[in-house]
Amino acid sequence: MREKGNGNWNPGDFSEREVEIPEFLTQQQREEGYRTESDEEPYQIPPLPEKEPASPYNRPMSKKQRNRVYGRVAYLFSAMFLVLVGYMVYFQFGLSDGLKANPNNTKMEEQKQYVVRGSIYSADGEILAGTNVDEEGNETRVYPYGSTFAHVVGYTTNGKSGIEAMYNSDLLTSNTSIVDQVGKGVNNEKVRGDSLILTLDTRLQQAASAALGAYRGAVVVMEPNTGKMLAMVSKPDFDPNQMAEQWEYLIAEDAHSPLLNRAMQGLYPPGSTFKILTALAYIQEHENGNEYENYSFQCNGSYTQGDVTITCFDGEVHGYENLQQSFQHSCNSSFINIGLQLDIDKFSALCEKFLFNSNLPTLMPYSSSQFVLNSNSSYGDIMTTSIGQGDTLVSPFHMALIASTIANDGVMMYPYFVQRIENTEGVRVNETKPIEYKRIISSKEAGILKNYMQSVVEGGTGSYLWNDWYTVAGKTGSAEYEVNGNTGEEAEISTHSWFVGFSNVEDPDIVVCVIAEDGGTGSAAATPIAKAVFDAYYSYY
Amino acid sequence: MVNLIIQFSRYAILILMAIYTMQSFLVFGKKDEEDKEFLFLQQNLMMFMIHFIAFVVMYLEMEEQELLFFYGAQFIYLAATLVFFRNLYPRASKLVVNHMCMLITIGFIMLTRLSYEQSLKQFKIVAASTAVALIVPVIIRKVRILTRWTWLYAAAGIGLLGIVAVAANETYGSKLGFSFGGISIQPSEFVKIIFVFAIAGMLGKAKRFLDIVIATAVAALHVLILVYSTDLGSALIFFITYLVMLYVATRNCLYLFAGLGAGSVAAVGAYYLFSHVRVRVQIWQDPFMDYANKGYQVAQSLFSIAAGGWFGTGLFQGTPDNIPIVEQDFMFAAIAEELGGIFAICLILICMSCYIMFVNIAMRLSNRFYRLVALGLGTMYAVQVFLTVGGAMKFIPMTGVTLPLISYGGSSMLSTVLMFSIIQGLYILREDEEDQIERERERELESRRFFGA
Repeated sequence: MREKGNGNWNPGDFSEREVEIPEFLTQQQREEGYRTESDEEPYQIPPLPEKEPASPYNRPMSKKQRNRVYGRVAYLFSAMFLVLVGYMVYFQFGLSDGLKANPNNTKMEEQKQYVVRGSIYSADGEILAGTNVDEEGNETRVYPYGSTFAHVVGYTTNGKSGIEAMYNSDLLTSNTSIVDQVGKGVNNEKVRGDSLILTLDTRLQQAASAALGAYRGAVVVMEPNTGKMLAMVSKPDFDPNQMAEQWEYLIAEDAHSPLLNRAMQGLYPPGSTFKILTALAYIQEHENGNEYENYSFQCNGSYTQGDVTITCFDGEVHGYENLQQSFQHSCNSSFINIGLQLDIDKFSALCEKFLFNSNLPTLMPYSSSQFVLNSNSSYGDIMTTSIGQGDTLVSPFHMALIASTIANDGVMMYPYFVQRIENTEGVRVNETKPIEYKRIISSKEAGILKNYMQSVVEGGTGSYLWNDWYTVAGKTGSAEYEVNGNTGEEAEISTHSWFVGFSNVEDPDIVVCVIAEDGGTGSAAATPIAKAVFDAYYSYY
Repeated sequence: MVNLIIQFSRYAILILMAIYTMQSFLVFGKKDEEDKEFLFLQQNLMMFMIHFIAFVVMYLEMEEQELLFFYGAQFIYLAATLVFFRNLYPRASKLVVNHMCMLITIGFIMLTRLSYEQSLKQFKIVAASTAVALIVPVIIRKVRILTRWTWLYAAAGIGLLGIVAVAANETYGSKLGFSFGGISIQPSEFVKIIFVFAIAGMLGKAKRFLDIVIATAVAALHVLILVYSTDLGSALIFFITYLVMLYVATRNCLYLFAGLGAGSVAAVGAYYLFSHVRVRVQIWQDPFMDYANKGYQVAQSLFSIAAGGWFGTGLFQGTPDNIPIVEQDFMFAAIAEELGGIFAICLILICMSCYIMFVNIAMRLSNRFYRLVALGLGTMYAVQVFLTVGGAMKFIPMTGVTLPLISYGGSSMLSTVLMFSIIQGLYILREDEEDQIERERERELESRRFFGA
């Protein structure tokens, strides 16, 4: 510390301070000392403080060196703070919607004090859910279509489901004009939340629901080139207007889970519809020089390997077939023959590319489909799996996505239910644009499968759908399952009826996927249901 | 009508906060002292406006006459703090003083909104802490011996933490402190300060490898006692602060990496040894797995931040009180919910600006010991902010530490105010020195002219 006033260096504190000798002193002054006005004697500048022994544990450093280290620390921590800022931005853009739709999240309930829940409209402008407010301010949620849209639109009493749950925060958020907000605010009235305009069409939904009739099961209709969901029916259904009254009945054990959205959450063995993927796996392995076209098989009505024998449907003998004919006739023997030749790892990779054992691109609650074969699987498992039995399970929604990918030249689109959000005055708040999810297969592979699926309708198991109004490509399926699997009684075999396909094969318009539980073979129940939906579509569009 | 005012007020608060934050970075580009001064005064205006608007909203919501007096008291406190610091210590960093007052203001607002009773208690502590803080710079200026009590600091720190580990009451599964007649004290908050002094003393004089080993052993002992008390957040804060101080003192990256490596190994070990560490990690991985019990707090925090969106719900329009012990560990989530994501980002940036100022001050100090103290205290602050903010957003596992100057808690408040004022005191010290050098230089220049050299 220098003492004030005399301008002398006080060497006393040098041990713990780094004092810089003023730079302006010449070397001569440094050596000889220099005097200031007030100094009587030339003042001897003290020698530079004795350098601390150069120790790596306490490095003497110039100010510049020192500041560089401090600077590094400052940059490091600033970077950490900026990472937090970045995470906050990511949180608001990427995580917040999922958290708002989380079933445990009750935050939006607070908004009910200020906002009347918004309405939900179909693509054709019909109101699917709306809130009536009586003179005393009591609110009732009304679903004019009753049970028709029960699963997909959902309910709001006794919990929330479907779109009502997924878009809860949007329905309780009001983006109405400032004028409206001020007006309502001054009168202490509630504002109306934003409305959803869905992609679902009442005419298709009603047609699908009527066609499924008394069957338990599901119908999914979507646009392959956009990902728009046009209809989604699940049965048994329920009336969302009477949730509280019917709750006990709905959750009863013998009610066949009417609250379950079978289209999204029902997992079924895919039956012969899975042959689409088995055929694709074979094509991919023999794509060079179109080698797959040389496939041939002689069907004798059954296939035996070791102790496992599997017959073709009804024991039918298909005779000599190539790959396309095997697909057209849904020949079990031939597909088992194919399955046993496949590289199981590649087969498994293909299924996972088609989103088996993984998440589907949607926020609507769903069950993940499963495919369990691996290179250690027994031949028996490989045989049953290649014809869609075994442990493979798939949801109707997922099956529709697979067909949709084929119809859309190999590209899967993000499926969506809400095309637009508007404020209560009809001004657009948000719009969903079709987005590609992923290219899953090449457009050439999709083209081959399209042809195979078209041949199914033009002379195979799906010929019921043949007509001269529009073209259809598809695949039927009959998925066997054991009814009394766990009861110890002799297992009774029953059959789910599947159909998945699309219309206007050249430039596909819609994909329809149908499952009718216990409906028998694909051609028995599912195909006529699909036909009714296609017919409805072409009579309106 | 009330709802309308609340809706508009939230945008006003956001805009004021954004301006304030921008100004704290703009000031680095200003060379002219008067321009700087003008910016600092504008910042104070922003702060008082935010404070005023927030209390108007809260008054409309709560309709408590008392709130008006409380507002008055807080206003007087804030004004007095600014005036005192400016006049008693004209050389103190005004940006740091402004930030301290701003953060305290945010704390006042959120705490009044969450729990009026706690906010009253907190206010008294803040006022007392600030009074103590005002004399800290004097002490630092006069009492030079503070630099030499290295071993006393180390002994006191280890002793205090030891007593806590052995005898403290458990709160939320961690041993944190003692209660005397309604006042609870968390010694670890104060040990933070003396720990930095102890380590700065040891590293500042280190000449041999053995010195480094001794300092590391002392630091490790602190950390281990904290881990034993299951105060993992503090353990992490002490650990990282030590590493940064060691790196700066030795300028040797090797120590930093070795320390981080050892820390990682220790973290993995702790994961397998202690079930409460495993629980924290599991919650971090998926708070919804055990939503009803262990995951509840973090899940509610996430819901809060999501509900707030960019603009916030407005004061009293959200439900941050759904988060258990929100006033202590999850103030960040409460702020993000009601004041908005943009406000929360501004808050992070203000904390960052504080840290940059702290390092800046450290860089300018000529005394090695003080330099390490300033950096160490600043780092304690920065790590704590990172842990609590990152924990609330589930960016990192939740560690249960407070948001300094904002969260409820007397010990945390007092120790943070002390930290800020110690750094300020060091800064003033350095300005004194510079001043002297300046005078010296002038005289010497004159003498040069006199000699005609």
